[in-house]
Amino acid sequence: MKNYIKYTAILALSLVACEPEFDESIEDDQVYNQGEANFENYVAVGNSLTAGYADNALYVQGQKNSFPNILAQQFKHVGGGDFKQPLMNGNLGGLLLNGTQIAGNRLTLSLVNGMPAPTPIAGTPTTEITNTLTGSFNNMGVPGAKSFHLIAPGYGNAIGVPSGMANPYFARFRSSENATVLEDAVAQNPTFFSLWIGNNDVLGYAAAGGAGVNQQGNLDPSTYGSNDITDVNVFASVYSQEVDALTASASGGVVLNIPNVTSTPYFNTVPYNPLTPTLLGEQLPTLNATYAQLNQAFAFLGVPERAIQFSTSGASGLVIHDESLTDLSAQLTQVLIGGGFDPQTAAIYGAQYGQARQANANDLLVLTSSSVIGTVNMDRIAELMAVGVPEQTAGQLAVNGVTYPMQDQYVLLPSEQEDVATATAVFNQIIKGVAAQKGLAFVDANVLLDRVATSGINYDGGTITSEFATGGAFSLDGIHLTPRGYAFMANQIINSINTTYNSTIPKVNIGYYSGGPAIGE
Amino acid sequence: MIMKKLLLFAVFLLAASVTYAGGYRVSAQGQRALAMGHTGVAVVNSAELAFFNPAGLVYLENDLNISAGVTGVMSNVKWQNNNTGQFSETDNPIGTPFYFYASYRVTDFLSVGLSAYSPYGSVVEYPTDWAGSHLVNKIDLQAIYIQPLISIKISEYFSIGGGPIYATGGVNFNKNVNRTLTDEQGNRSNVEVDASNVTNWGWSASWMFNPTENLRIGFNYRSEIILEAEDGEAVFSNVPNSPLSPIKNGEVGFDASLPMPAELSVGLSYEFCDKWLFAFDYNRAYWEVYTNLNIDFAPDDVPDSSNPRNYKNASTYRFGLQYEALDELTLRAGYYFDESPVREGYFAPETPRNDSHGFTGGLSYQISKRFAVDLAVTYLRFKEVGASYDYYMEDGTSVPFGGTYKSNALLGGLGVTFNL
Repeated sequence: MKNYIKYTAILALSLVACEPEFDESIEDDQVYNQGEANFENYVAVGNSLTAGYADNALYVQGQKNSFPNILAQQFKHVGGGDFKQPLMNGNLGGLLLNGTQIAGNRLTLSLVNGMPAPTPIAGTPTTEITNTLTGSFNNMGVPGAKSFHLIAPGYGNAIGVPSGMANPYFARFRSSENATVLEDAVAQNPTFFSLWIGNNDVLGYAAAGGAGVNQQGNLDPSTYGSNDITDVNVFASVYSQEVDALTASASGGVVLNIPNVTSTPYFNTVPYNPLTPTLLGEQLPTLNATYAQLNQAFAFLGVPERAIQFSTSGASGLVIHDESLTDLSAQLTQVLIGGGFDPQTAAIYGAQYGQARQANANDLLVLTSSSVIGTVNMDRIAELMAVGVPEQTAGQLAVNGVTYPMQDQYVLLPSEQEDVATATAVFNQIIKGVAAQKGLAFVDANVLLDRVATSGINYDGGTITSEFATGGAFSLDGIHLTPRGYAFMANQIINSINTTYNSTIPKVNIGYYSGGPAIGE
Repeated sequence: MIMKKLLLFAVFLLAASVTYAGGYRVSAQGQRALAMGHTGVAVVNSAELAFFNPAGLVYLENDLNISAGVTGVMSNVKWQNNNTGQFSETDNPIGTPFYFYASYRVTDFLSVGLSAYSPYGSVVEYPTDWAGSHLVNKIDLQAIYIQPLISIKISEYFSIGGGPIYATGGVNFNKNVNRTLTDEQGNRSNVEVDASNVTNWGWSASWMFNPTENLRIGFNYRSEIILEAEDGEAVFSNVPNSPLSPIKNGEVGFDASLPMPAELSVGLSYEFCDKWLFAFDYNRAYWEVYTNLNIDFAPDDVPDSSNPRNYKNASTYRFGLQYEALDELTLRAGYYFDESPVREGYFAPETPRNDSHGFTGGLSYQISKRFAVDLAVTYLRFKEVGASYDYYMEDGTSVPFGGTYKSNALLGGLGVTFNL
């Protein structure tokens, strides 16, 4: 009897050990093939898009859903190793420099006056940039970095952060004060790399409504401001240098080009003509009467196209400042005086409308203008009152986009759009050329994000588009992607890698990555 | 000679294959029957008849018969998706279906009985937040049937039996709210529904026919019992704290119903060569009643959860063999083929059942005249299957959850039989 029990127990145990096994098990690496590349040590180099920046901040959940981290998880099926990221302190976003907050908290969608609006979440950030992390990091994405920043010594030195000479995000994890991003990346001897850089070389300019300088011809990037467009030769030179350095140890890599900034919701959400009779209300006749006097002066000066008039039945364009127009301040002042205005009022009108016109469909209003349009510009009131204008009159002349022209940083004018488009196209030629020359995988992010913006991209749960907040591709800052947007890019990268290196890395299901905006209180 | 017979027995054991039934039915209602492929509708050898065919109780030799036992069910499910590289496997706790049967002969033609058993139960536990967590993280359901019985002998050839069933059950079901919703910290929004002590009534009725000394034919029908959970408790957690969220963290009531389908069994047993018994059972489980697992949350503004199941009726074919090797030792083996009630496109990970083959074996050892120990082991094999559940909806779009499944289960049971 005892023996029977013993044998039964042995039989039972041997069957317990007998787990179900697939014919070809993913877990046991029997399904996918690495092809000709080695994914053991993947290092990602780039800017905010590589870091996983979203909702106007860097935070842990965003970093976990960064495209390099998504890629690294898929690489694990073909021999990929651990992927370390310089994780932030939690999910609040924001940064501290010696205890002072220097970057805003992440945005969530919250109810503001009964309407959902992107709002920074409450709280004090705890990520202190002077607490430098130790160790090397596979994700070398540095928010804000331009092409030439990756090879700039001292870019991670916290001392240089207040003056803009250094980057607070890189200060958190650089190996030494003088190390460059590229050096820290190369020191890890990557077997595979991704490089997505150059966006900020045009985006800074565009996002500031073209308020910076197009630096073509200036070969010294240390003299550039943060809103400038990088010189093409500078870009070509640093880009080659970066790819050369990364390919030294790597079996392969993937590079991505620069999307058209105009395919992002940041430039496509605020309409040029949000002014309606309802919005303007009782002010409308008075406004039109006042502008009628100004329009006569424009006509007299031979620029009737600058006439400003608000429709009594439909939408009207904002009043904007267009710095590409000839400045007619002095002439306008004279004509208005001739028309019976007192000299002070004429001078104020002359200055205010000397380069003004109404916006049209070719002008792009940036996302940040939405909170400014129709509000009273307190700075302008102060300016006017300083020259003796009574408070009430000053207030009437300081309504953004209605009486006070929208300033340069809110409008990307057609000429500025052209500067951005030209630079983007040339940079992209350089990127594609280098990729071809080095035999690297190449992803045309420009075409892909245009496709998101125009036709949308289908997935198992619907379609992602570039519609602000609800489209699923872009986060609440209108420029950076949602987890679903990053997962989409990761899949495109996998496609390109599989084709280039004959690998069979599986793609992710982007439906598993959130496309909806985070909602808050 | 004995060696030769043992060898024959071993061959049958090898040929034998599966004993678990589809859906959340767990066939482990008697170690003697289980060892023989869970056949028993026409087998008269213990109080296990209380479950398999109460009509047969009256033919038991002794006045008082008691059988009791418990089975450890270890089941494993592996899942993978070749398109995405995702994979997972269950980490199920051991299920423990049990039974207690007693019968007492009141007169020559009447026996009465009492039974308690757990015919339905399922514990499936995936790693929290796994790829199918929007369908299930964990489900634990169990129903216990308690049944008084009578068994009436019409003649040496024919008897009838049956009785009312009091069923009590509970379910605990945990899943994520959808594929992507998280709180601000990235924790997946989750809901856990819990209902316990849900009760209802049913019945069973049976007959047994003994045309010859060696041949018995049996029939048993157990009615459907629907466990309707009213005002259960559902707890939402990790939902973003926002007026924009359609659901809030905390507890709400819910109604849901879970059917325990009716089951019909018909079969025969045949004694031969003195010490051998062959048994065959055919089961038909009326799973069609399981159309939808609807969870109706009490507050009107909380979206209800509709989970179409659309099961179909399914059959099980069972074969068993018994050999009285020694005076005190009886050996048993069996095989069954269990058809899945799950239709194509409805393969949900909470009850990932495709057709299966059960291989069973076991023995009884008569320790004393009155007391025997019964052992049974079952290995349940499922074919690797590519399957999907296509009725999960996201914003009105059907989002299939699919992949390759491979499951197995091992049941080890211990029972005792007492006769007086």
